[in-house]
Amino acid sequence: MNTLRRIFALAVKELLAILKDRRSRIVLIGPPIAQLIVFGYAATYDLNHIALAVYNEDPGAPSRELVARLTGSPHFDLVAQLDHDAQIAPLIDNKDALLVLHLGPRFSADLKRGKTAQAQLIIDGRNSNTALLALGYVRTILTAFNTDWTRQQGLPGPPAMLQIRPWYNENLLSRWFIVPGIVGLMMLVVTTIVTGLSVAREREAGTFDQLLVTPLRPIEILLGKSVPGILIGLVEGSFILLMAIYWFEVPLRGSLGALYLGVFLFLLSAVGIGLMISSLAVTQQQGILGAFLFLVPAVILSGFATPISNMPEFVQHLTLINPMRYFMVILRGVFLEGDSYGLLFDQYWPMAIIAVVTLSLAGWLFRHRMN
Amino acid sequence: MNAAARMRLIGIIRKESLQILRDPSSIAIAFVMPLVLLLLFGYGVSLDARHIPLAMVVEQPDANSASLVGAFRRSDYFAPRVFDNIQTAQQAFDRRHVFGIVWLRNDFSAHLLARGSASIGVIVNGVDANKARITQGYIQGVWQVWLDSYARSRGVELPLPVALEPRIWFNAAVRSRDFLVPGLIAVIMTLIGAMLTSMVVAREWERGTMEALMVTPVRIGELMVGKLAPYFILGMGGMLLSVAMALWLFDVPLRGSFWLLTAASALFMLVALGMGLLISVVARNQFVAGQISILITFLPAFILSGFIFQINSMPAPIQVITHLIPARYFVAILQTLFLAGNIWPIVLANSAALAVMMVVFLGLARRKTHKRLDA
Repeated sequence: MNTLRRIFALAVKELLAILKDRRSRIVLIGPPIAQLIVFGYAATYDLNHIALAVYNEDPGAPSRELVARLTGSPHFDLVAQLDHDAQIAPLIDNKDALLVLHLGPRFSADLKRGKTAQAQLIIDGRNSNTALLALGYVRTILTAFNTDWTRQQGLPGPPAMLQIRPWYNENLLSRWFIVPGIVGLMMLVVTTIVTGLSVAREREAGTFDQLLVTPLRPIEILLGKSVPGILIGLVEGSFILLMAIYWFEVPLRGSLGALYLGVFLFLLSAVGIGLMISSLAVTQQQGILGAFLFLVPAVILSGFATPISNMPEFVQHLTLINPMRYFMVILRGVFLEGDSYGLLFDQYWPMAIIAVVTLSLAGWLFRHRMN
Repeated sequence: MNAAARMRLIGIIRKESLQILRDPSSIAIAFVMPLVLLLLFGYGVSLDARHIPLAMVVEQPDANSASLVGAFRRSDYFAPRVFDNIQTAQQAFDRRHVFGIVWLRNDFSAHLLARGSASIGVIVNGVDANKARITQGYIQGVWQVWLDSYARSRGVELPLPVALEPRIWFNAAVRSRDFLVPGLIAVIMTLIGAMLTSMVVAREWERGTMEALMVTPVRIGELMVGKLAPYFILGMGGMLLSVAMALWLFDVPLRGSFWLLTAASALFMLVALGMGLLISVVARNQFVAGQISILITFLPAFILSGFIFQINSMPAPIQVITHLIPARYFVAILQTLFLAGNIWPIVLANSAALAVMMVVFLGLARRKTHKRLDA
């Protein structure tokens, strides 16, 4: 009972120490919310307003029809109509156009004679992902054009057609993928920094020695210091979840309980890592550096922005010790795929193991460094 | 500059350099961090999907379905697994063991022979919209190849009305690493430049050694130059290391001039250091300075610089915000210099923006420092 009371007292003191300082209060509240809003809108792979230039040497109606289909699509903005070959390179070089569609003088004639007409598409490949996506959009429009043309001319179509349907994110909105990821990102950053600096701050201020002469046992100090991290992470995480659901309108299709079980395990492992950093760091600078050296790889190797399956094999193995990797799957699984406890079991247990290992290590380091 | 001023400046530079040499943490920030981060990002961030696990449901195995499965198997993009019914395939899909399902129903061959009415159902996991879109493109590619070979094996002509002939400039092999690594250099250098000055100067404020410096005859301008010069050299060392890694470890081509790259990098380094200086002057404590540097440099540079997410696709108000992110201009310069060459309009316009930011950051840092001296 006394233990609980002492832990509670220390947790209250820790919370007050963080929340009473105006600047650290602002740092905890302002940037995460601003970043959620900005990133929620900015972090998108979807393309719109692709700058398209057209160099059409063909006077016929079919070529105009094809150009009209492209420029009529909401994905493309027509930025220039060219009448000369030499105009292509500067447009692409200076990034005035991402795509240049070139139709030769024989386009309509070939098409009408039943010979395959060539449509040349020049793409700025400086960002290869954008180039591939833009190519995909043009290809879709062209396939529709081809299908309509064969039908109009009464020609035989291809023997088999593809019917592609994306599941869980029917309109393929990047935002539905990124925003749940940001929930995890913000929770990780806030929790690690709050706990990662908690001991170093006291060491620098000299109050750590005072803490040591209180009746608190090392394990109680550790627990008391982890409670604020979990609480702040939980409150901030829940707020961002609400924003994801009501502001960004990402559908929440799965079980909220399954999500919060994930949140809890994730926070425990983040706190464990934060406390490990905390017990190792003598100064706040070391604490920040330590937190940072953990946060960056944790974010990059989590599948937040780019898929883990694209990484080289040995890096993929490395991601297995990253708690955020599992939490990303849980967030997206519950939000979009409608998952419940059963399908997420494979994500829970590794996080639980990570939490146990990091918390015990933190406890060991803590006692070790005190003597 | 008179002799006394020169002496003061040399003195302060000497003091800062000694401090750097004796405290390994700034050397670690300047050299170890870019090394580690670039390795991590260079290998960890990739948008090129290979060997995508795909469930192929073949309800009625025959020559046609075998040739389609073979087409997927031959593609480097897919690692197909054959199922004989949709239920088990769907279980694998739900458990995320496969990324998509290609479903050939038992009447596939019959419809194929009856001309033009066969349909191949394809489901892809759309959670990661970008990967789903790219995968759709790859699936269409395999389908096209298969259609061609199918027609040829029957001796039928299947003339396509219009064939698309894409030419991807600057990166014909569409390797995502070629544009990600130059962009990463900008992201990493923003962070390192800001961390170098922000943490170190904030520490001086906290320890009170800044006050000690203030009572010496050194002027604010000299103090700032003296603090910036050694960190500038450190930062440029880190930058060179990153460029060397990009060229020789990640095989990114450098098509523009090396000296232009160095000049642009120097300008950018001053912007990043100035930003760090401003943060430290405003924050005056390491906890806040460290948090602010991480919050306002790393993530914004990652997300708002156009390094991975296209700025043109963002909503208009966000596009306005991206103009405040120094990394945005440097990413444009680096991606162009590495992949496209010396394209002056792009290099000059973005360098001008960087120069303005440098003046603003350093000017603000100077003014704020001055105020404190009066107080």
